Amino acid sequence: MAIEVRIPTILRTYTDGEKAVSGEGSNLSALIADLEASHPGLKERLVDVKDGKDDLRRFVNVYINDEDVRFIGGLGAELKDGDQVVVLPAVAGGC
Amino acid sequence: MLTIDQATYDAIVSHAKRDHPDEACGVVAGPEGSDRPERFIEMVNAAGSPTFYEFDSTDLLHLYREMDAQDEEPVVVYHSHTATEAYPSRTDIGLASEPNAHYVLVSTREHGNSEGSAEFRSYRIVDGEVTEEEVSVVPGLIGSPQHTEHN
Repeated sequence: MAIEVRIPTILRTYTDGEKAVSGEGSNLSALIADLEASHPGLKERLVDVKDGKDDLRRFVNVYINDEDVRFIGGLGAELKDGDQVVVLPAVAGGC
Repeated sequence: MLTIDQATYDAIVSHAKRDHPDEACGVVAGPEGSDRPERFIEMVNAAGSPTFYEFDSTDLLHLYREMDAQDEEPVVVYHSHTATEAYPSRTDIGLASEPNAHYVLVSTREHGNSEGSAEFRSYRIVDGEVTEEEVSVVPGLIGSPQHTEHN
């Protein structure tokens, strides 16, 4: 089971410069754990711990087949073979 | 140094003035690796705030898909400060995630929505380090669609 994951420029230091990597998992949390095994350090950039449990970082957007995962279960969002995952850091700031 | 054409410079300033007192934001895309800001794209500030900006997550995905399909990258990422100087804030620095982009800051604190100049400055923000750079405004980018050369 392979899922293509698009990696943004800023995180390509973890993927030897690759724009896309492939991983597996039945949900986003499992996919991230799988990616962490082959690309150590990546998880830390995507996930932090809130109230004792993992949560997506506030300023990281993850999409499954063009859907923002925040609307489809966050880290629990289900995945299946052939799904396309895109990771994009938020473009944000403030004075 | 950021080299930008007058029309794009004016478009950024005019967007900042129009959205004042809220922060305005957007991107100027260009061919990957070219360092040429060619395609001006206004974005909606989903935060709708005078002190914060954030691209809407769906708009963000569309923008990156479009740039990907055209082998473009964000050459300029701009936003405005409406009550403070055109210098990246701590939040701006912490969230900057395009190490190859020129981060343009425009301040509308002096003239707001009215006519008049606005402070326009450009920075590189890499690993939390800010480096201000010179801005060179040119009539048109050489070789770009708006600059036709004749023999």
